[in-house]
Amino acid sequence: MQKLDYLKETTSQTAGPYVHIGLAPGAAGFKTFDQELGEVIAPAGVAGQRIRVEGIVTDGLGMPVKDVLIEVWQADANGTYPQSLREDGFRGWGRVIPDFETGLWQFDTIKPGAVSGRGGQAQAPHLNLWLVARGINIGLNTRMYFPEDAHETDPILNAIDGVARRKTLIATQVSAGHYRFDIRLQGDDETVFIDV
Amino acid sequence: MKPAEFYMRDRSQHPPAYASGYKSSVARSPRQPLLTIHQTASEMTGPAFGHNDIAALDNDLTLNFDHGGMPVGERIILHGRVLDENARPVPKTMVEIWQANASGRYRHKKDSYLGALDPNFGGCGRTLTDENGYYAFRTIKPGPYPWMNYVNSWRPAHIHVSVFGSGFCQRLITQLYFEGDPLIPKCPIVQTIPDPDAIQRLIAALDLNTAVPMDCLAYRFDIVLRGRRSTLFENRLEGN
Repeated sequence: MQKLDYLKETTSQTAGPYVHIGLAPGAAGFKTFDQELGEVIAPAGVAGQRIRVEGIVTDGLGMPVKDVLIEVWQADANGTYPQSLREDGFRGWGRVIPDFETGLWQFDTIKPGAVSGRGGQAQAPHLNLWLVARGINIGLNTRMYFPEDAHETDPILNAIDGVARRKTLIATQVSAGHYRFDIRLQGDDETVFIDV
Repeated sequence: MKPAEFYMRDRSQHPPAYASGYKSSVARSPRQPLLTIHQTASEMTGPAFGHNDIAALDNDLTLNFDHGGMPVGERIILHGRVLDENARPVPKTMVEIWQANASGRYRHKKDSYLGALDPNFGGCGRTLTDENGYYAFRTIKPGPYPWMNYVNSWRPAHIHVSVFGSGFCQRLITQLYFEGDPLIPKCPIVQTIPDPDAIQRLIAALDLNTAVPMDCLAYRFDIVLRGRRSTLFENRLEGN
């Protein structure tokens, strides 16, 4: 038999409890870089509705995951993903670090537009999230949708067989433009994580 | 051109979410199956970085936290290539590393190990791969350190590595180990990996050809990210 010559993807290992040293040293308590990556997702002046998202990641015992690092990847207000850092400072990407004492995190950005899916099928506006922490052996991907949007035709939400679990991907509204999105790694109401 | 789909991730090459020997994973592992989807632009695109994002010393950990002297420890070059599963180089992608210092201590406000902090060592660096996917850092070989998984667990010397690629679904964090370290087979985090060959691929090789005489040793570590498909014969929705 012939041998296929594909390489194998490098194996994941946990980011460990000190992921901030490398990816957000300011949060770890020291300064090395002139500018840290992803501190601001959408600087002032980026077109779109300003929003704030907050939440807590909890484990299977209900304890906050205080060492988590979350990355956000999102489209602009027109539903387009940037291909580079734009002149207005929008890259579509950022890093979110919780308060190490409480595990509560929050970030400000603009609301993404609807993104086209396969075959032109629209996806409801959403933020793509990637979570790493001590005890997470391979980064976890999920999405946050917005409660005010129509979700009935979203292909990803519709792929969730357990209809009751779809709500784990939909934020709740705290006030106008202010959303809450708690992520549960395990247990009742476990968040849907996606094999991207 | 629309971005092309990535190959399905081969989960046999990765640790499972739940690995009982690594106790922190027990309560932090999802128990429901991951949701299977067809990739969309949300997965196939990802953030891009450029030289304006980094500064000249960002990839030299022996100098980027200089408080009046050199850090203590074994000076090394860490270098290699970022490739995809098709063996193509991944150019201009961000590679970030972080690590403990030579005594096994992290510069993090939550690390209280009695190994000493080094006033001249921060422990993080970053660089962009060149057009051939090549990257290089200069740093100090980190020391092993104890942790309370079992009462006498020790991490082998390791450097954490974060890589982006061109699609958000390629996002990867791993740890590299060093050739010849007797702690590797004893480590509960290493042992989360079911495939022994996959463990071997996380061990950086001593590379004397790259060592600089009278200056520093070198270790080589190549990284492979998921590959994109280039042909799609059925319904060419996302093919190229």
